[in-house]
Amino acid sequence: MLERALTGSQQYYRLLMGLLILMGMGFAAYLYQLNTGLTVTGLSRDVSWGFYIAQFTFLVGVAASAVMVVLPYYLHNVKVFGRITILGEFLAVASVTMCLLFIIVDLGKPMRLLNVILYPSPNSILFWDMIVLNGYLFLNIVIGWNVLEAERKGTAAPSWLKPLIYVSIPWAISIHTVTAFLYAGLPGRHLWLHSILAARFLASAFASGPALLILLAFVLKKYTKFDAGKEAIDKLSQVVLYGMLVSIFFLGLEFFTAFYSNIPSHQHGLKYLFVGLDGHGKLVPFMWLFALLALAAVVLLINPNTRKQEKTLKIACLCVFFAMWIEKGLGLVIGGFIPNPFEQVREYLPTVPELIITIGIWATGFFVLTILYKIAVSVKEEVE
Amino acid sequence: MESNRRSFLKIGGICALGLGALPVTKALARKAVPQVSEFPEALKANQWAMVVDMKKCWEKAEEDCKDCILACHQYHNVPDIGTLKEEIKWIWQESYHDTFHDQATQFNIENIEHNPIMVLCNHCTSPPCVRVCPTKATFKDKKSGIVKMDYHRCIGCRFCMAGCPYGARSFNFRDPIPYIKTELNMEYPARERGVVEKCSFCTERLARGLFPACVEACRHGALTFGDITDPNSSVRKVLAENYSIKRKPELGTGPNVYYII
Repeated sequence: MLERALTGSQQYYRLLMGLLILMGMGFAAYLYQLNTGLTVTGLSRDVSWGFYIAQFTFLVGVAASAVMVVLPYYLHNVKVFGRITILGEFLAVASVTMCLLFIIVDLGKPMRLLNVILYPSPNSILFWDMIVLNGYLFLNIVIGWNVLEAERKGTAAPSWLKPLIYVSIPWAISIHTVTAFLYAGLPGRHLWLHSILAARFLASAFASGPALLILLAFVLKKYTKFDAGKEAIDKLSQVVLYGMLVSIFFLGLEFFTAFYSNIPSHQHGLKYLFVGLDGHGKLVPFMWLFALLALAAVVLLINPNTRKQEKTLKIACLCVFFAMWIEKGLGLVIGGFIPNPFEQVREYLPTVPELIITIGIWATGFFVLTILYKIAVSVKEEVE
Repeated sequence: MESNRRSFLKIGGICALGLGALPVTKALARKAVPQVSEFPEALKANQWAMVVDMKKCWEKAEEDCKDCILACHQYHNVPDIGTLKEEIKWIWQESYHDTFHDQATQFNIENIEHNPIMVLCNHCTSPPCVRVCPTKATFKDKKSGIVKMDYHRCIGCRFCMAGCPYGARSFNFRDPIPYIKTELNMEYPARERGVVEKCSFCTERLARGLFPACVEACRHGALTFGDITDPNSSVRKVLAENYSIKRKPELGTGPNVYYII
C-alpha cells in the first residue's frame, strides 16, 4: 500500500516539499543545539522544562483523537465513525511520533537515550511513559494498517486484530494518565500537585484531538474525494463540546481549591499565569487569549445552529485547538516551574532555535500524517 | 534409516556446538565485577547529615565570607558560567526569607529576613529526585545515605530538577570546562555538557577519611557533619543542644540538612 504515497497531484508534492524544507530547517537548528548544548534554548536552572516538553504534553492529548472515534465505533456500534477511525488512528501515529521527537530534542545527552532501557527503573514515571507511548504508537500503526489493508482487499479485518483494538482503548487512556503522573506526583510543584491533573489531561485531550480531526476531515473533503460525512462530523463536534466544557470545569475546580483554601503556594502558579506574580507576567496575555478562545469555542459549539454550520464549526475547532495548545502547551508546563523552590520568579521564553526545532518537529508530524492520509484516502477512493 | 542418520547428525552437531560454547559460558558466568575494597581510613555512617549553625555564621564570619562555597566549588571543579540562567552551584546563599518562606513570620527577629542561609542538597531520606530518575543515574547509596550522581549514565532529561523541591540541582547547559575559573582539581572529574550535577556530601573525600570540603573550610565551626543515626555523633550532640529547623519538612522527603537559626 505504501506505493500510494509516492504518486499524487502537484499539490500533494508541493505540500510534502514545503514540510521537508521546514523539517530540514528544524534539523539544522537541532544540529546547532546538539553541538552547543541546551544553552541555545531559553531553559534555565529554574525553568528546566519548557517549550519542548510542553508540546510533548499537548500532543499526547492530540493522540487521543483515535480513541474518541474507535471507542464509539467498536464499543457502541456508532456506524458513522466507521469511515474515519483510520483518520483518528493515523493522527495518533503522527502525534505520538512528534511526542517522541520532542522528548529526544529535550535531552541533554540524547546519545544515551537507550539507558532508559538498559537500566529500567520502574520507580520512574518516565520509564512507564516510554512504554505506553511506544505501545500506543505500535498499536495504532498495526491496527490502522491492517484495517485499511482489509478494506482494500474487500475482506473483513483479521480476527487477531480485534483484541488489539479493544486493548488500544484503555491504552489511550493510559498515555494521558501516565503523562499527567509525570507532573502530578512531584512534591513542591503546587500547580501540578493535584489529583485532578490526569482527569484534566483526558478532558482537554478529548477536546483538542477531535477538534483537529474535524479540521483535517474538512481539509480532506476540500482537496480529495474523501468525505467523512455530516453525521460523523456532528457527532465529533459534540465530543469536542463536552471535552471543552469538562476541561473548563476542571480548571475552575483548581481555582476554587487554590483560592478558597487561601494557601499561598497553591495560588502562586495560577496567579503567575493569569495576573502575574511579583511584577512578572509574560504568559498573562496568552492565558487571557486562552480564556477568550475557550469562551468563543463554547459559545459556538453549544448553539446547535453554529455547531452544524461548516464555517462556524471550523472557527470553533480552531478556537478549541489553540486554546488547549496555550493551556497545556504553554501554561501548564512552564507555569509549574514558576515560582521556583525559593519562591522567586524566574521567567522563561523560548528562543529562536528552540522555535525552529519545534516547527521542524511539527512539520515532521504533518509529513507523517500527510503520507498516511494519502494512503488511506487513495485506498478509500479506489474501493469506492 | 536415512532419517535416523540425519537426526543423529543433527543431535551430534548440536552437542558439539554446546561443548564448544562451554568455555564461552564459563568465561561469561564468572563473577563479572571485581569487588571494590574500601580504604581503611574511610569514614562511615548509616546516614550522613549536616547541621548548619547560621548563628555562628552570621555572628563570627565576616560579611562576605564565602569560604565554604569557594572550597567546595574549587574542589569539585564547579564552573562559573556567570549567568543566573545557567548557574551551577553545589552550596550557595539564599535569603532567610526565600529559604524558609513557609515558616518565616512577619515580625521575626529584626534584620534576619535578608540574612543569607547556606543551602545545598539535603540528601533526603526519601529523595524525590531518585524516585523520578529513569536511568538510576541518581541514586541513594544505602551504605552512607548520600544521594549520588552517575555523570556517565545521566541522559539529561532533567526530571530530577523538576522533582527536587529544594532547587539543589544544576544542569550543564553548555560545556563547563572553559568556565572552570579555579585551579583544576585533578582528583575530581569535570562534567560534560548535558548532565545534571549537585552536592555529593564529598563522598570521595569521606572514602579517604576526610570531612567534606565545606566543613573543613569553615573557620567558625558553623558546619557540623556526622551520622544522624548515631546518638553519640557530633551532629546529634549539636541538635540535642539547639533548636533546629529543616527545609520543607511537610513534603515528607526527610531532609538531612538541619539549620540552627
